[in-house]
Amino acid sequence: MPAAGVVMIIAVLLIVVAIVYYLVCTILALRKITAGLDQAIAGVVEIIEKSAPVGEVVNTINANLDAGVDLLEGLLVKKAGMRDSMGLLEGLYPGATLAGLRNFPDSSKTHAPRISEVYTRGTLTLARLGREAPIAAASPNGPALRNPAYGSSASGKLYPDVRNTRPERLPRSPVIGADSPVQYDPDEPVGGPRKRMPVGHERS
Amino acid sequence: MILEWIGDVVLLVVLLPVVIYLLRGVCNAANGIVPRIDRIAAAARAGSGDLDAVPLLLTTQARVITTIEAAADYGGSLDVILDDA
Repeated sequence: MPAAGVVMIIAVLLIVVAIVYYLVCTILALRKITAGLDQAIAGVVEIIEKSAPVGEVVNTINANLDAGVDLLEGLLVKKAGMRDSMGLLEGLYPGATLAGLRNFPDSSKTHAPRISEVYTRGTLTLARLGREAPIAAASPNGPALRNPAYGSSASGKLYPDVRNTRPERLPRSPVIGADSPVQYDPDEPVGGPRKRMPVGHERS
Repeated sequence: MILEWIGDVVLLVVLLPVVIYLLRGVCNAANGIVPRIDRIAAAARAGSGDLDAVPLLLTTQARVITTIEAAADYGGSLDVILDDA
């Protein structure tokens, strides 16, 4: 066999060996890829299965929260009025009035009074409780039911009559001693009801 | 005879390097995919693990419903008690 033929055979063999080597290497890599993809697919399927009910649950939660927001916004505006509502919101959550109330598009344009800079949150709460609160003296709904200047006499009306309404009808303080107008009767049974003091006496 | 030698030279100098270059490129590309696939699989496992807390959403849903119901009851009472603006 001529030398050129031998060299050609060797060259072809080298090419075949190179092809086999790299193809085997590629096959091994593809098998690793297949195994990895199987794991990835299993993980993705698990994610899909676990996240399937999320949409429905989140939609339900959002629907309930929306209803709550509608309720609270409506109640706040109904009871406090738009202007005071925005002032209260601004006091509790500074900057919240920029976004406004969701169901009241004009609320973001409402000028919010600076309520929280003057009164504390507790006072605001009392003010929101109605005109009974002393702070509500300047309520746009009318005068306060409790007069803050005479709050004690107003509260005194809650007690039994005479003492606060007609104090002049109160009985005199008892006079003690041998010449007291009302003498204790030793025969009066102890433990029984005491005789009422006479009323209508002239005060000294 | 000379043509045979020329053919041998072409095989050894041109064809063999080209074949090796191309196959090596394919093999390197395939090997380059393997670590990326491994990372994707690891991310999928981690993502699946993060979703283990999804059933807690059912508890959250129940709590939200209860809270909104309580707020509605309270709001209804306030609506009766307080004067309108």
